[in-house]
Amino acid sequence: MSVIGIVSPGFSGRRRGGAPDLPPGQYLTEDFPVLSAGPTPHVPKESWNLTVTTETGAAHHWDWAGLTALPTERFTVDLHCVTKWSKLATAWEGISLDTLLAGVETSAEYALAHSYGGYTTNLPLEDLLDGQAWIAVRYDGEDLTPEHGGPARLLVPHLYLWKSAKWVSAIRLLNEDHPGFWESVGYHNYGDPWREQRYWGD
Amino acid sequence: MARATVLGRLTWRVATVAAVRDETPTARTIVLDVPGWPGHLAGQHVDVRLTAPDGYSTQRSYSVASAPRGDRLELTVESLPDGEVSPYLTRVLSVGDPLELRGPIGGWFVWRPEAPEPVQLVAGGSGAVPLMAMIRARTAGTAAPFRLLYSVRDPEAVLYRDELRGASEDGSGLDVTYAYTRRAPEGWPRPPGRVDAGLLAETAWAPELAPACYVCGPTGFVETVADLLVAAGHDPARIRTERFGPGGGRP
Amino acid sequence: MTDNRLDGNAAGGALREVFAVDLTAATGQCSNCSQRLALAESRLYTHAPGLVGRCPGCDAVLFRLVRGPGRAWLDLRGVTCLQFALPGAT
Ligand SMILES: Cc1cc2nc3c(=O)[nH]c(=O)nc-3n(C[C@H](O)[C@H](O)[C@H](O)COP(=O)(O)OP(=O)(O)OC[C@H]3O[C@@H](n4cnc5c(N)ncnc54)[C@H](O)[C@@H]3O)c2cc1C
Ligand SMILES: [Zn+2]
Repeated sequence: MSVIGIVSPGFSGRRRGGAPDLPPGQYLTEDFPVLSAGPTPHVPKESWNLTVTTETGAAHHWDWAGLTALPTERFTVDLHCVTKWSKLATAWEGISLDTLLAGVETSAEYALAHSYGGYTTNLPLEDLLDGQAWIAVRYDGEDLTPEHGGPARLLVPHLYLWKSAKWVSAIRLLNEDHPGFWESVGYHNYGDPWREQRYWGD
Repeated sequence: MARATVLGRLTWRVATVAAVRDETPTARTIVLDVPGWPGHLAGQHVDVRLTAPDGYSTQRSYSVASAPRGDRLELTVESLPDGEVSPYLTRVLSVGDPLELRGPIGGWFVWRPEAPEPVQLVAGGSGAVPLMAMIRARTAGTAAPFRLLYSVRDPEAVLYRDELRGASEDGSGLDVTYAYTRRAPEGWPRPPGRVDAGLLAETAWAPELAPACYVCGPTGFVETVADLLVAAGHDPARIRTERFGPGGGRP
Repeated sequence: MTDNRLDGNAAGGALREVFAVDLTAATGQCSNCSQRLALAESRLYTHAPGLVGRCPGCDAVLFRLVRGPGRAWLDLRGVTCLQFALPGAT
């Protein structure tokens, strides 16, 4: 827990609940806070593209029609943001990374996700597989808005939400780990909320 | 004013609320005793930190409203209906309560009384707060003439109304123009509306006079006005901005 | 819709937790577009895991500041050669 100041008489903060099943240090929120580290990219579906490159340099591309022609899944997951809010039971629709990467030949161990706007985040490739990650295209029954990462974002709910790159544009599969935007400036390389891996060395 | 340039890392201090003053139905000035306050420059802000009993903590920035001379620090806070911190500061915090803050902060969005050039202030809503500190920082020796263009939703929402009237009638070189965005007073010459190029041309210092421009208010307002000033021919290097955020007191 | 951003000035408090001088009034050069500016003139994004200052000319990241318990991280790779005024010094 960070340095705690003196208690402000009568201050309780934005309405938030504790819940028995939250990771350590998290607070429950009902709304969906929008975090952004830069201007919000507005990428029309017509020009949207997703590229997966492997360690050998092989590139695989999907345009919007190609992506959405793949089988989609509906899934309900809990979100844990490193800024300490958690939102439970969020309903999404998207393409499993197992589906997306089914035809991609690789022996890489690491993945680096890139976004429109320049954001990056790294994670072990195995954390993208086995039903743990999706390219999400709909939230709560609606197309994903730009504020929430639309038209398509990565969603890896078992890690802190900064790993779930909004406006995802590429996933590079690499033999070596390459720290992303936040991982290179203090945030934990892996980011497991249940082990409270917020910062370097946690 | 040399006190304000004392260097050193900033730490949190515990101030005590000495008085509160309602400025409008939604805005309140909080007068603070800050032990060891090193003094400040007009335009600087402080960070305020609130902590709940369960350890949850959050912080926001507030401009200093008072002149550098006083030994008490004044903040003016506009309450946002859906805000987390501003309703607490305007409605819950009371005389005698402690308030954690650190400051003074920022050496850029500041006005120094020795600066000779004319000053153009443009405020949107609660963006009037640091600009008021600049107006209050003028002294008998101040040569710079001031103009304030104050965009505000209606007459009741004007901060420091009486003081502004006094300062603009006492021959100290302050000129105030109000731009009402929702509702103007009876018989007001201009229909309610946003600040636009025409109003700037009519009421602001001409670019040829090379005024120092200070623009402050909600982010959208500041960006619009800064663009208008540049388009009117003001040197971007002479325009200093302070964005209060998306809801920081609608103009 | 306006992006939710502030002026770099608003990072002053967090930076002064680390530095004894005001970094926001220091001028530097954007390593991407070469524009010279005061850090106070950057576009500051605060609704994020850290503070991100971007170039007003080209949106490139100038600095990132992350604050953890008892620690802070500052990455300034987007700015080259900061110039500081040293009031009172010769
Ligand atoms: C340098 C500086 C000086 C300032 N000086 C003053 C001053 O003198 N007086 C003053 O009244 N204010 C000032 N402000 C604004 C102030 O810091 C607060 O932003 C303001 O009081 C609102 O805080 P809040 O907690 O009440 O609202 P918040 O709870 O922060 O919400 C503010 C608004 O933003 C929206 N919002 C909140 N979080 C997000 C998010 N993640 N994404 C998108 N939207 C969101 C909310 O819906 C709401 O409309 C200043 C700001 C800065 C940066
Ligand atoms: Zn640049």
